[in-house]
Amino acid sequence: MTKAFQRIYTQLEAITKATVALRAQGVSNDELATVAGRLAQVVKIKGDLVTLQVFSGTEGIPTNADVLFFGEAPSLNVSDELSGRFFNAYGRPIDGGPEVEGDHRAIGGPSVNPYKRRQPSQLIPTGIAGIDLNNTLVSGQKIPFFADPDQPYNQVMAQVALRADVDKIILGGMGLSNDDYLYFRHEFENAGVLNKIISFVNTTDQPPVERLLIPEMALAAAEYFAVDKNEKVLVLLTDMTLYADALSIVSNRMDQIPSKDSMPGSLYSDLAKIYEKAVQLPDGGSITIIAVTTLNDGDITHAIPDNTGYITEGQLFLRADTDSGKVIIDPFRSLSRLKQLVQGKQTREDHSQVMNASVRLYADAQNAKTKLENGFDLSDYDNRCLAYAKQYAIRLLSIDVNITIEEMLNTAWELFAEFFTQAETGIKQSLIDKYWPAKAE
Amino acid sequence: MKTTGIVTGIVSNLVTVRFDGHVAENEICYINLNGVKLMAEVIKVNGKNAFVQVFESTRGLKQGDTVEFEAHMLEVILGPGLLSSCYDGLQNNLTTMSDVFLKRGEYTDPLDREKLWDFTPIAKVGDKVMSADWLGEVKEGWLPHKIMVPFSFEGTYTVKSLVEAGQYKVDDTIAVVTDEKGEDHKVTMVQKWPVKVAIGSYVEKPRPFKIMSTGLRTIDTFNPIAEGGTGFIPGPFGCGKTVLQHAIAKQADADVILMAACGERANEVVEIFTEFPELVDPHTGRKLMERTTIICNTSNMPVAAREASVYTAMTICEYYRAMGLKVLLLADSTSRWAQALREMSNRMEELPGADAFPVDLSSIISSFYARAGIVRLRNGKTGSVTFIGTVSPAGGNLKEPVTESTKKAARCFYALEQNRADQKRYPAVNPIDSYSKYLDYPEIVDYLKETVEKDWVDKVLYIKNLLRRGKEVAEQINILGDDGVPVSYHEQFWKSELIDFVLFQQDAFDAIDALCPMDRQQLMLELVLEVCAHKFEFDTFEECRDKYKEIINVLRQMNFSEYKSDKFYQYQNELKTILAND
Repeated sequence: MTKAFQRIYTQLEAITKATVALRAQGVSNDELATVAGRLAQVVKIKGDLVTLQVFSGTEGIPTNADVLFFGEAPSLNVSDELSGRFFNAYGRPIDGGPEVEGDHRAIGGPSVNPYKRRQPSQLIPTGIAGIDLNNTLVSGQKIPFFADPDQPYNQVMAQVALRADVDKIILGGMGLSNDDYLYFRHEFENAGVLNKIISFVNTTDQPPVERLLIPEMALAAAEYFAVDKNEKVLVLLTDMTLYADALSIVSNRMDQIPSKDSMPGSLYSDLAKIYEKAVQLPDGGSITIIAVTTLNDGDITHAIPDNTGYITEGQLFLRADTDSGKVIIDPFRSLSRLKQLVQGKQTREDHSQVMNASVRLYADAQNAKTKLENGFDLSDYDNRCLAYAKQYAIRLLSIDVNITIEEMLNTAWELFAEFFTQAETGIKQSLIDKYWPAKAE
Repeated sequence: MKTTGIVTGIVSNLVTVRFDGHVAENEICYINLNGVKLMAEVIKVNGKNAFVQVFESTRGLKQGDTVEFEAHMLEVILGPGLLSSCYDGLQNNLTTMSDVFLKRGEYTDPLDREKLWDFTPIAKVGDKVMSADWLGEVKEGWLPHKIMVPFSFEGTYTVKSLVEAGQYKVDDTIAVVTDEKGEDHKVTMVQKWPVKVAIGSYVEKPRPFKIMSTGLRTIDTFNPIAEGGTGFIPGPFGCGKTVLQHAIAKQADADVILMAACGERANEVVEIFTEFPELVDPHTGRKLMERTTIICNTSNMPVAAREASVYTAMTICEYYRAMGLKVLLLADSTSRWAQALREMSNRMEELPGADAFPVDLSSIISSFYARAGIVRLRNGKTGSVTFIGTVSPAGGNLKEPVTESTKKAARCFYALEQNRADQKRYPAVNPIDSYSKYLDYPEIVDYLKETVEKDWVDKVLYIKNLLRRGKEVAEQINILGDDGVPVSYHEQFWKSELIDFVLFQQDAFDAIDALCPMDRQQLMLELVLEVCAHKFEFDTFEECRDKYKEIINVLRQMNFSEYKSDKFYQYQNELKTILAND
């Protein structure tokens, strides 16, 4: 890596847990450097006093450490060689393979001109009815899973990724436990799709500040395939809460005044910069982002999920359903803001009516449940709603469902016919005439 | 000679510049980064150091890079061609940029300098004129775009010469005016104006005295916004803020609409690009895009330009107002603008106010809202800027600085409520907490008396009161159970449900229900009043519930039917039958 013009300094003026400062000339903002061999980035320049954020922490760094400036911002070599490879937060291979050769690009680059974007319009089927039926995903969308830490969000995300009809899947793992990292790797290998996977991983045993590089690395690779190659790219980011935590560590070390929940005041912009990379491009390429935001006991008013909700196009809520014993995609709190762009257009005509009817009947079941809990008598309708709700959760909402959208719609019709009269569903008569299942006997 | 300087410090987009000569607060400068010029604005001066906020990424910037000061503040360029354009927060034309990505330091001209416009003179040689007086007009699409004496001209001028009707480019001299000292000044179709200064070339700014209709019952009937008035829409995510704002943009009775997408999702702007050129303006039959200009600084675009974007939009609004037009500014969302202020204040290490926002947040917000208003021009005509902003309160909690500061500044409050959104009662505007202070204005009450009917306001207040009582009763029914309260309680409750379902709720995605003109709103209110006044004889609460459900359904079908169509009257007769048979 050593280049002829590299400048070496050996006198640090200040050291904190995450940053060092020294006097240096001709240093540029955002530039990379190494401090005692560890990667660091310029975050502040005041006269000739330069402050560097050391990604792996400053433990053991002496005041006479060697500081080498690279003269460039963090970057990634992009080419088709990225396919099937595993990298760390710096974009260096961790799978034993060779360094990637290719076009050298700065990460965290400029945003797409909004006028050049296209309206997202391609359905992304996942096989999970809680998503495809109720919260249909569209290419170019950005959407997080909101989940408590004990829920199997990484498994669901891996399933979604493997079933989605996309050209590339890029995994950005932040603070991933080593077990989960191995799980992803194993799943990708088993599915035999390694050649369309690219992973950038920071595990829990690695320094938290390194995580800050992961989303931009993953998205720089995504932009290469989507913009240069016109491919459909799916980016998985897990866990964005740990990313935001790393942001707050750095801002704290830089003496910035925290805002809500001790997060930096720039949290909204920092998250938006990542999520807004999701795009439908005019030449067919697209970047879709599915992320995970772990919640603290379901609290969505915390600054991280709150800011995320204002940025993303909906959210998918995971919930353990005690009646069916399954983990389900909560039909009430989940939302895909873009679903109406594809429902009934790329799916069957009855899609949106069936979706609304099934969720409304599920809501009636919740009311019946409340009545039951409060000791009121249940009507025949209430009992049928409760029976329907259990089957609906097992056969459609559960995350282990894997069927086509057509099968989901048919299943919903079967459930309607089993528990309700035609009028109770409130569906348009012309659709009922066409799709109401004939009686079995 | 221009003031110059060199970069001495960098923290993110806050750069310190040591300068020679003099600089002004809010002066614009360009930082030279290897030949790329980055625009920045002075926000603080200390000795020979100017603190500037850079409107672009500062990646790669070095200590010692050179800076040139421009001796003017951030300005917009005003002239024919603004309408139907799409600009970023600094008024760069996004449609003429070639690259897919926004290139740093690429600044595009907001106006087409080559296009020929059909000019017709209005003033005559020898006329005494002042700033903002109309010299002539060009056809900007359908809109008679006035060419005015520049706003920066002080005192009285005499028109010395004026070109004849014909085709001219924006930079052609169309008039020469002579000032009081006998000096001549050329006037073209283009002028510049600093965005942070309100355009003040009008005679007076009276209290608003007219209503601007939006076609939304929850606004027009219950909490109307005045032409030249101000309002805001706070709400947690997922409550339909953007849908509500788009509905207003589609239907409001305005000549020109400025949409300022300030720190929000890019795909929402794409929706406007995609739909507005197709959708029809219900008032004129023209395409919506023909009256809309978009200022777009989405959440991933540079933060400092986000702050500028709302000012850019407001200045363009004031420009069209001076032409005697009804202008509506919609800004989504002002919270992102406040956050941009917070980020800069933070980097300058200022002492923070509540939630780390700058302490002068409240005064910044109120002076911005104060730029809206209806004005009387020198020629006796009026023009107006109506402003509705959205607010995105953190965690949906309305007790936060941006919401509280805005509440002091805006006269209408449309509170979006999570609970209503969960129940799919859209628009999720809370019928009880929301208010319009214009209903307290005697001018507005008089206006409603004349244009709608004599006791309109009293009727509206009466209905609102029925609704409030119904919501209170609902809580008692919940506690005591359906059988634990008299049937009259149920009747009160169902009256409030009737009002909610028929008048407050409105389907923004239904082609007919989406737009409800004032006479139709009046009729529906009348029908609801009739039902509420009817003396029913109910023995059980089930009877009451079923009867009201039936009535609600009929009235909702009326909302979905074409106004005064056979179907519409059929449902109205059905209602009559229900009431007559009881």
